[in-house]
Amino acid sequence: MTLLQTNDLTVTFQTADGPVNAVNGVNFSIDKGETLAIVGESGSGKSQTAFAIMGLLARNGQATGQALFDGQDLLAMPQKVLNKIRANDVAMIFQDPMTSLNPYIRISDQMAEVLTLHKGISKRDAIAQSVRMLDAVGIPDAKVRISSYPHEFSGGMRQRIMIAMALLCEPRLLIADEPTTALDVTVQAQIMRVLADIRRDFGTAMILITHDLGIVADACDRTLVLYGGQIMEEGPTDNVFARPSHPYTAGLLRAVPRLDRDDDELLTIAGEPPDMSRLPAGCPFSPRCAAMMPHCLTVKPSLEIFDGTRRRACHLPIEEVA
Amino acid sequence: MEPILSVQDLSVTFDIHPQGAWPWTKPQKLHAVNGISFDLAPGQCLGVVGESGSGKSTLARAIVGTVPSSHGRIMFEGHDLASMSPSARRVHRKDVQMIFQDPLAALNPRMTVGDIIAEPLITHEPKVPRAEVRRRVQALMERVGLLPNLVNRYPHEFSGGQCQRIGIARALILKPKLLICDEPVLALDVSVQAQVVNLLRELQRDMGLSMIFIAHDLSVVKHVSDKVMVMYLGRTMEMADSKPLTTGPRHPYSQALIASVPIPDPVLERARKRPVLEGELPSPLRPPSGCVFRTRCPKAQAICAEIRPLMTDADNGHMVACHFEEKQEMLVFAR
Repeated sequence: MTLLQTNDLTVTFQTADGPVNAVNGVNFSIDKGETLAIVGESGSGKSQTAFAIMGLLARNGQATGQALFDGQDLLAMPQKVLNKIRANDVAMIFQDPMTSLNPYIRISDQMAEVLTLHKGISKRDAIAQSVRMLDAVGIPDAKVRISSYPHEFSGGMRQRIMIAMALLCEPRLLIADEPTTALDVTVQAQIMRVLADIRRDFGTAMILITHDLGIVADACDRTLVLYGGQIMEEGPTDNVFARPSHPYTAGLLRAVPRLDRDDDELLTIAGEPPDMSRLPAGCPFSPRCAAMMPHCLTVKPSLEIFDGTRRRACHLPIEEVA
Repeated sequence: MEPILSVQDLSVTFDIHPQGAWPWTKPQKLHAVNGISFDLAPGQCLGVVGESGSGKSTLARAIVGTVPSSHGRIMFEGHDLASMSPSARRVHRKDVQMIFQDPLAALNPRMTVGDIIAEPLITHEPKVPRAEVRRRVQALMERVGLLPNLVNRYPHEFSGGQCQRIGIARALILKPKLLICDEPVLALDVSVQAQVVNLLRELQRDMGLSMIFIAHDLSVVKHVSDKVMVMYLGRTMEMADSKPLTTGPRHPYSQALIASVPIPDPVLERARKRPVLEGELPSPLRPPSGCVFRTRCPKAQAICAEIRPLMTDADNGHMVACHFEEKQEMLVFAR
């Protein structure tokens, strides 16, 4: 069953250089209990997609299209209704756990506020419930530690607190925006395990936004690859990784140094990430694409379905070259 | 072959005034780097890995001389940099250069790219004529993949990857013998990261550079290094050639570190045994007694709290500091 579906989601920022499209007609859906990875480099629009869905765009940003959650359009509803949904059904965790917590307020008050405000329960019950949630995400000695301030926790612990806070209202969809980027690999592994446990125990659907293909491989059912604000490729994670169809996906997979490979030289993607205010009229990846044909620059490839479950936007997909 | 750099029992200690203490109370000692020794042969690359707080950046800074060492020797081509006076050390500065983590923050925003790259040369070799300086700057820009006609632009006009290339050019203009790279690709996108890593390797080969490459990402480190040193809380846990270290690590910490690195292959990833390392780095102000890793070590016994294991040769130059070291095959190589 579809939980969230975007139709032609577009995010436009008014800048000094005129309007810039950070996200350009993105369509995707996520089912109940499913995990979707949105992968891309800086400027791909992956975070803005999430911000648009959550109604958190910067003031000069405007989202158009639809984001249907349970059939209701998140982009069109009044703030009050949106707040209700953001409280109960959709939650988000951010990249930097320090800047997302209020440094002046004890964790207990920050967490209890969520429940007293949205669920209308007493503060004492709210704190008891918060302690249980902190236990669930692996904060040792939660009963005592809940009275601490954010700076008294390490980065990994703060991210656990963010996750616990996001889960307090038992959301059906959790959007995680680069949740482990600021953390060490060992702590990253811990956090990814916490997220996996949560999905198993609560059946929460998750959108994992990341640039790290490694954590996607482990954690996600489906993978969506964004570049220049547009979908390049989408499909079941196993298929996308084993047989990437878009030259960008293939290039990205080859550019990652792998611990289990002994290659002498990394294969690179030439050029630099795109300048969003100067995208070509055609495929946004074409200036960096090794297989570029003249009409790639001028004609935008349509997103076509193939293999039954996969989608891609390319004039010359890899299988057809081979 | 005579090592170009030989670090012997190096320690770096900081005085820390604990929060809330009176100004006249004695400061606590924080041992950021604690008894590190290694040799670096000319033309080789030593990778240094560890979590944040392991002391790897402090080690780099002590070698270039931006933080003073408190104990031990840094023998560079037979001269001990650690015991030198600053003016004597200046002679060797140009031979040891560094590139930094945040490429934009490392460049002066008010200087043009040409001036940034030329500055070390003008400082250390003031007699070089300006025309020659300009020629060398442009040749080097070309070498690191920057268009020489961008010489009058300012850093903010460049992307992160290009800024890192500028940083590399600045480090190389003095033709150093040793290049220290502190997390040079951390801030870059995957596709650009690969470009910079390849460039560094190429330059190292072509110019016969010796290199110390610091990163927390073991897959990048393995890729560029001949030898890898694993650090934890200021101490060396294991040091070996990069292939044996990544495929058959002997120290439980290295094993945990490797198990934590995700591999972008869903099938392989699911098949992998991944014991997750519990807990976090203890406070360096109160390091555990004996082996510093014992508080998180799955193999820890009573002896680990009492006796600090020394670095010993476990297998043909594979050095490891653990009472219960044992080789563990970690990865099936794809090819």
